[in-house]
Amino acid sequence: MSRYELLRQFADSWALLGMCLLFLGFVGWTFRPGARRHHDEAAQLIFRSDSDD
Amino acid sequence: MPATLAKSGGLFLAMIIALFGMAQAQDTAFAVHMGIMALAALIAALAVMKGADVAGQMGHDESVYDDAPVRWGVIATTFWGVVGLAAGLFIALQLAYPVLNLGLEYTSFGRLRPLHTSAVIFAFGGNALLCTSFFVVQRTCRARLAFPGMARFVFWGYQLFIVLAATGYLLGVTEAKEYAEPEWYVDLWLTVVWVAYLIVFGGTIIKRREPHIYVANWFYLAFIITVAMLHIVNNLSLPVSLAGSKSYSAFAGVQDALTQWWYGHNAVGFFLTAGFLAMMYYFVPKQAERPVYSYRLSIIHFWSLIFLYIWAGPHHLHYTSLPDWAQSLGMVFSVMLWMPSWGGMINGLMTLNGAWEKIRTDPIIRMMVLALAFYGMSTFEGPMMSIKSVNSLSHYTDWTIGHVHSGALGWNGMITFACMYYLAPRLWNRQRLYSLRLINAHFWLATAGIVFYTASMWVAGLTQGLMWREYGADGYLVNSFAETVAAIRPMFLLRAFGGGLYLAGALVFAWNIAMTIAGRIRAEKPMTETPYNPAADRPLPAGNLQPAE
Repeated sequence: MSRYELLRQFADSWALLGMCLLFLGFVGWTFRPGARRHHDEAAQLIFRSDSDD
Repeated sequence: MPATLAKSGGLFLAMIIALFGMAQAQDTAFAVHMGIMALAALIAALAVMKGADVAGQMGHDESVYDDAPVRWGVIATTFWGVVGLAAGLFIALQLAYPVLNLGLEYTSFGRLRPLHTSAVIFAFGGNALLCTSFFVVQRTCRARLAFPGMARFVFWGYQLFIVLAATGYLLGVTEAKEYAEPEWYVDLWLTVVWVAYLIVFGGTIIKRREPHIYVANWFYLAFIITVAMLHIVNNLSLPVSLAGSKSYSAFAGVQDALTQWWYGHNAVGFFLTAGFLAMMYYFVPKQAERPVYSYRLSIIHFWSLIFLYIWAGPHHLHYTSLPDWAQSLGMVFSVMLWMPSWGGMINGLMTLNGAWEKIRTDPIIRMMVLALAFYGMSTFEGPMMSIKSVNSLSHYTDWTIGHVHSGALGWNGMITFACMYYLAPRLWNRQRLYSLRLINAHFWLATAGIVFYTASMWVAGLTQGLMWREYGADGYLVNSFAETVAAIRPMFLLRAFGGGLYLAGALVFAWNIAMTIAGRIRAEKPMTETPYNPAADRPLPAGNLQPAE
């Protein structure tokens, strides 16, 4: 099997699965319990400083 | 003191090496570039000596933000914006009036066109990204910029890159790779500057006083890291001579083409999209004085954009010798990109939820909303054009040019102008901008300009595409290429008119920023007036009741 075929098969099997799981993991993480409070705080972060403008 | 001596000594050494390279140069362009580098090294050495910290008292104050490079960046963005747009208008007129090539190789369309694209993308857009990222990362990390000396090197090194690239184009130096035209030694210089940029930006994040890294910094970091990767891989090449400006790519044939468009499309995805979204996620909430509509959506937006964009490049190579599966892959990922793009647009627009009246009263918000609207429109048009059957009509036509400009003028341009308007009074401690009404004038000039530009290019592109594919009954093509050019000449003129309007808006912008820096405030009517009618402002006596209308 040529190197091209080897890489190609790896790319559309394990690498593809790994990427999909990684993506779903990152997106799923934002839906974890308690994330909302954390996100609301993070969204307000840019308004907390007084010396800003 | 020894540090100053070492630095200026090193710079003098660099100057001598550059002069040696100039003497050994195999071609004129390389000699000119080594001369420019020697001059830059000399100026830098003199600047280092002039600012020498003889008494060792110049320790910087950690309690204030380091805004000097941001201020330089605002000026550079304004300057390069006007230069790049003027170059664009000039080459648009060259297409309609070929006599404007002036019969000189230096001013021919082929050399001025990369000058225009690099000036607007890398000089105007790049400086906007540099200065806003330095501004935002300090504010969101509540920390002063890390490595102040290196930050200054990043700014001036980047300007040197721009000058080398621009003069190279005029002298005919090119790798013939779109948006990556500079030759090997300029690429190496940019790599050094970019690594320093990553160290300054990453260093500031590491020394942050806020536990959370705000989402804008995620986008900036993705932009910096990915552009480094793209730049290095696409520019892998072997110089013919170490003292010559010519090099050959490490890739050949279709692999070279795919590497180029993997680079080219991700330059759009990570330079012109991720970086500018970082600006959007900080400056839109700040100007609207409301937190971003959904912070969770901004994170999903981030990961989707990162995971999808990198695969979209092959749509630039539909119906070429690129393997069919790769073309389909590029098409499918381009279509999927529509979702995160619109998620981001909705997130930006809905940040104004409950404060929509600001579109009427605040011209900066109005500009941001227009930018987001164009982000949405061009990220809808893009996936549509990546579909193979649509691409068979649109590819190689002016429709593509129109699409690029709706994104570049509408999204990148308008969000940049809005951010510069936000920054100028704050960076120079002015009460407000010189004029709010001039922002409004800029807004309408730019909007009308974009409408003329994109509409004329749609018509021109469809005309070209349909004329190119028209067969007669005898099976021969009906139109010659020259006939299609003649058919769209009126559209070229309309496009130049639109570009002229956009440039006029940019000149109004430059005037406004310059006057703000000068500390002037224009006497003008406010944008909105609180209505007051003294005749109606009185009590209603009994027995004099009037029927309610």
